[in-house]
Amino acid sequence: MRFTKLSLVLLILLALVVPASYAQENENEDQGAGLTIGFSQIGSESAWRTSFTEAVIAEAAERGINLLFSDAQQSQENQIAAIRAWLAQGDVDAIILAPVIESGWDSVLQEAADMGVPVIIVDRNVNADESLYVTRVSSDFVHEGRLAAAWLVQETSGNCNVVELYGTVGSAAAEDRHTGFAEVIALFSNVQIIQSQTGNFVRTEGKQVMASILSSTDPSTICAVFAHNDDMAIGAIEAIKEAGLVPAVDILVVSVDAIPDIFDSMDAGETNATVELSPFMGGPAFDAVVAYLNGEELPKWIPVGGGLYTSRADYDADR
Amino acid sequence: MNLERQQANVHRGGRGAFKTLTSVMLNSRLFWTGLALLIILLVNLQISPNFFEIRMVNDRLIGSIINILDNSAPYILLAIGMTLVIATKGIDLSVGAVMAICAAVAVTLIKQYEAGSTEFYVQPGFVILITIGVGAICGLWNGILIAFLNLQPIIATLILMVAGRGVAQLITNGQSPTFTNDTLAFVGRGVVWGVPFPIYIAFIALILITLLVRRTALGLLIESVGVNDRASYYAGIQANTIKVFVYVLSGVCAAIAGMIVAGEVKSADPHKAGLFSELDAILAVVIGGTSLLGGRFYLTLSVMGVLIIQSMLVGLYVSTLHPTTNLVVKAVVVLAVLLLQSPEFRRFITQPFRRLR
Repeated sequence: MRFTKLSLVLLILLALVVPASYAQENENEDQGAGLTIGFSQIGSESAWRTSFTEAVIAEAAERGINLLFSDAQQSQENQIAAIRAWLAQGDVDAIILAPVIESGWDSVLQEAADMGVPVIIVDRNVNADESLYVTRVSSDFVHEGRLAAAWLVQETSGNCNVVELYGTVGSAAAEDRHTGFAEVIALFSNVQIIQSQTGNFVRTEGKQVMASILSSTDPSTICAVFAHNDDMAIGAIEAIKEAGLVPAVDILVVSVDAIPDIFDSMDAGETNATVELSPFMGGPAFDAVVAYLNGEELPKWIPVGGGLYTSRADYDADR
Repeated sequence: MNLERQQANVHRGGRGAFKTLTSVMLNSRLFWTGLALLIILLVNLQISPNFFEIRMVNDRLIGSIINILDNSAPYILLAIGMTLVIATKGIDLSVGAVMAICAAVAVTLIKQYEAGSTEFYVQPGFVILITIGVGAICGLWNGILIAFLNLQPIIATLILMVAGRGVAQLITNGQSPTFTNDTLAFVGRGVVWGVPFPIYIAFIALILITLLVRRTALGLLIESVGVNDRASYYAGIQANTIKVFVYVLSGVCAAIAGMIVAGEVKSADPHKAGLFSELDAILAVVIGGTSLLGGRFYLTLSVMGVLIIQSMLVGLYVSTLHPTTNLVVKAVVVLAVLLLQSPEFRRFITQPFRRLR
């Protein structure tokens, strides 16, 4: 019985890893030098977002792309205004849009399509007609949740009571990571989410929620914490330590994002695993622009990143 | 306060003292607010049977009650400052942003100390003083805009609320720096006699400020400015000075709250530290019965307001409700608490029974 379950896990892992590695293969000789590309970013609300912006700017500089950068400061109106300004000037070859929300993009995307300017959506999704944009480059949050669950099932041989630290309720990252995680553990009757509470992706709240749960539940019944991001995991680790338990030993810790701090925590032996949320979406997005301008057919979704790492060395080896 | 005054009347009256005492109790805000807190704690006990259990782990008390007090500490500080601000008919929307600025300042300086800088201002003790100073400057800025430039408080503090997060991000270059220094960490996670240090900070601040405003005329002056600042000015009260003082105090409280939050997880998050905490602070003050129109204020009841909010949150954390229900539950509980405190509502509810008698 156990063998079939383990092989099932391995099969899931294989199914998850293959498309992820496929996405990384696109090393192109045509890098897009001389193109002018507009990039409308959501803002700078988190450290991850900042490193995402920096990665795009660095990638453009390396390729010799003339990047017009616009920070929308969380406002869709600003994004639409920036796109219209680029279209009006008529000198952009393509537009990369990191949309702040999903809805309300049809008319401006239609304007871009009418002008013949290709639009690539990065990070979050839009619910506009697929014909209005070239492709979408983003992380697969469901895949991240599945990977974390698969690792946990494998590590505990399918026996685990999990505390889930939920991200901001309603955000795609939180909902999809939960969906992916729940999907995989549903296959194993002895793996259950015994508590699920939101820490809003924040460190302090992650700590407070975990401390509350450890006070009200017998800690020996908790086998692992699955946090929807690394910050909440780091907070939870503090709570676990304060409760006199050893994180990553008494209670396993697995989370998503792969921020630098989580690798410090891994070095200290306090975190078990993290799933990467890649900030390196610039490269695949620029590749998509080049491929489109060369007349190639592209899939409507190009997933990026999403490896699971259990040590800093593994992560560095992939960079 | 009100209760004591009425109790004194009871003793003078003598006859029917018990009946009067009961009616005094039923008309006192302290009673109804305390009852609300008690009900929430009892509901928590239903959710989690070992809710009141406290055990000792590694010389630190662990338990839900300790968690509630620990989580409340930064909000208690904010609520104390906010109560006095609201008593002058003002409001301070900037406290969350000031928390973020101060956390960023403290962590940025302490990182220089850790990197080996020997400048006097990066010594941990000085870092704490400088951070408090930065909070005071933020409060001074608000106070000057409001008292001397006559800007409306909601707009004046909105400026810092919006700009403050940007300032915090500039200080940390948009990153969330982490530190290891034990002195600064102690502010947020130290333990003295088994109890987390932030709890001491919050309650010492409550006692000191209560003494300051009740044992001197300051409390009366603040209420007077809140009721009518022009009349107070003609009566010889330095209304502007009083206003600047309360905003500076609110800024200092926010600075300490910012250090607690930074120390708790050994990092400063300029994007999310203290996010929306101004709203929770205002809510606590309102639950405590201080009117947004200024005048009468109740520090202890504001603190109970914070405890009510945090008890409810901890109850939600240990419940098995899906997180999507959190905000709705919070709203319903707040509404119930406010209705419970409203004399009009209680009269409305009890009227049918009175007619029967």
